[in-house]
Amino acid sequence: MIAIRGLVKSLDHRVVLNGVDLDVAKGETLVVIGRSCCGKSVLLKHVLGLMKPDAGTVTIFGKQLDQLDRAHLYELRMRCGVLFQGGALFDSLTVAENVGLGLSENTTKSKSEIADIVAERLEWVGLAGIGPRAPSDLSGGMRKRAALARAIAMDPEIVLYDEPTTGLDPITAEGINDLIVRLRERLKVTAIAVTHDMNSAFKIGDRIAMLHAGKIIFDGSVDQLRNSADPIVQQFIVGATTGPLEPL
Amino acid sequence: MKCPTLRVGHHKTICDCVVGAALCDRPLYAREKPVWRGRGGRATSPVVRPSSLQPSPPAFLIAPLAALADTSLVELIRDIGRRILRLTVYVGGLTVMIGRLLASLPQILGSARLVVYQMLTMGVRSLPLIILTSVFTGAVSAWQAAYQFQNFVPMRFLGTAVGKAIVIELAPVLTALVVAGRVGASIAAELGTMRVTEQIDALEVMGVDPVRYLVMPRVTSGAIMLPVLVLFSDFVAILGALVVAVLMVNLSATTFLNGVKLFFHMSDMYAGLFKASIFGIIISLIGCYQGFQTRGGAEGVGRSTTGAVVIASVLILISDYLIATMLFRV
Repeated sequence: MIAIRGLVKSLDHRVVLNGVDLDVAKGETLVVIGRSCCGKSVLLKHVLGLMKPDAGTVTIFGKQLDQLDRAHLYELRMRCGVLFQGGALFDSLTVAENVGLGLSENTTKSKSEIADIVAERLEWVGLAGIGPRAPSDLSGGMRKRAALARAIAMDPEIVLYDEPTTGLDPITAEGINDLIVRLRERLKVTAIAVTHDMNSAFKIGDRIAMLHAGKIIFDGSVDQLRNSADPIVQQFIVGATTGPLEPL
Repeated sequence: MKCPTLRVGHHKTICDCVVGAALCDRPLYAREKPVWRGRGGRATSPVVRPSSLQPSPPAFLIAPLAALADTSLVELIRDIGRRILRLTVYVGGLTVMIGRLLASLPQILGSARLVVYQMLTMGVRSLPLIILTSVFTGAVSAWQAAYQFQNFVPMRFLGTAVGKAIVIELAPVLTALVVAGRVGASIAAELGTMRVTEQIDALEVMGVDPVRYLVMPRVTSGAIMLPVLVLFSDFVAILGALVVAVLMVNLSATTFLNGVKLFFHMSDMYAGLFKASIFGIIISLIGCYQGFQTRGGAEGVGRSTTGAVVIASVLILISDYLIATMLFRV
């Protein structure tokens, strides 16, 4: 469903992605792990067509993104949902307006139909009744949930999670992980999550890939990751300060 | 009393201290600030060379000579190239945004709610500030004109001069500059914050064109509301001038207002309003573009905001001249 081939990207004269190859099958959840600033979010932005690669291709639903015009790119993006790292909720809109924005701008659904869908999605993420509130009134965990409700409002076939648990306390983070797993089972979506939270990676991932120095240095199941002999992988999942990786 | 850090060079005594510098005979230009080495280079402290022991050149040549001595030609050319490239990228990006804006205009009816909201924000909420600045603009215009007129020009022409100046030039330009400071900065800060918090990316991934959703309503309302603000400004500024003419210059209200009407042409008013519309587009467009180009968190938002006001103000004055030469033939 998603195929990334030879992806290369440099930012500010620094090579961030240096020939990344990844495939995600339909219904699968791939978790990309890696250190901070290793290019995980850059990878996600390429999957969404928000960044253009220096070299390589990204193909989604059989369509190569760099060959699509803006209108077709927007059509394709409407089949995807994204949970941004900070939520990226629009401050000037209420939570309900945030969740329903994609529907009101891109569909011909009536206001009452949109309101029903918004209420349902908010209920799914455990935020029933908070639609009229402003995003600034919400806690970090609630903002993530509201952003997740927005990401799934248009029944996406692909959901991308950018650091879904970053900045949350362990209990709230676990709640978000449970929610992601439940939504995957309910919606049967294909998903890519990027994170450096190993608890989250083990919980939500069917498959895990590790990005390091611009390349995928590991790609396998959760068990294969746990048993990997690669010292970089082992140091990262254990979180040791000694080893081939130095603290940033 | 001797400089405490005196040391002996090849032939002469050299001092590299700061505290005791005034007491030694080291040439002034050897103690200049760190030398510019271009954007990518590293600033280094000047080295005292034998040449620096020659008699000092004239003060106005010190900085250029120091720069020439310590900056390689290649680095200078590279820096000029970088600036030209940045300017080209800026103009190119702005042109692309204008193209996308024009392409989104047919959907303006679907975005009427957003346009009305922006008209309220840009226009109605700017009105108190515009009224305040316009009163004093008119007042000072009348006072200065009266000062210049005394003993040379009959005071019955005071209204003529002030009215013309306000309608054609002062109200449109000063209103635009005030709105650039208030609204242009606000647009850049708002969109810049949306950019760095990924809200603009979120719009993109929801299939909502950010240019249609964010830029088009702002530019449209800028084009509509600035002429409205200028109309208010015209009226209030002439009122301010009238008050000064009556109370301070001892001119009757009738004489002043007759003077205003004497050479008043509607074409002057239309020219002022046309300029205002162009200024409104410039302010909102630059504010939006600066916001979209924001990088790097709070500092980047600050830079974009400042840039929006500065660039819009400069473009307002340049376009004012260009429009004047097109509309008013000498």
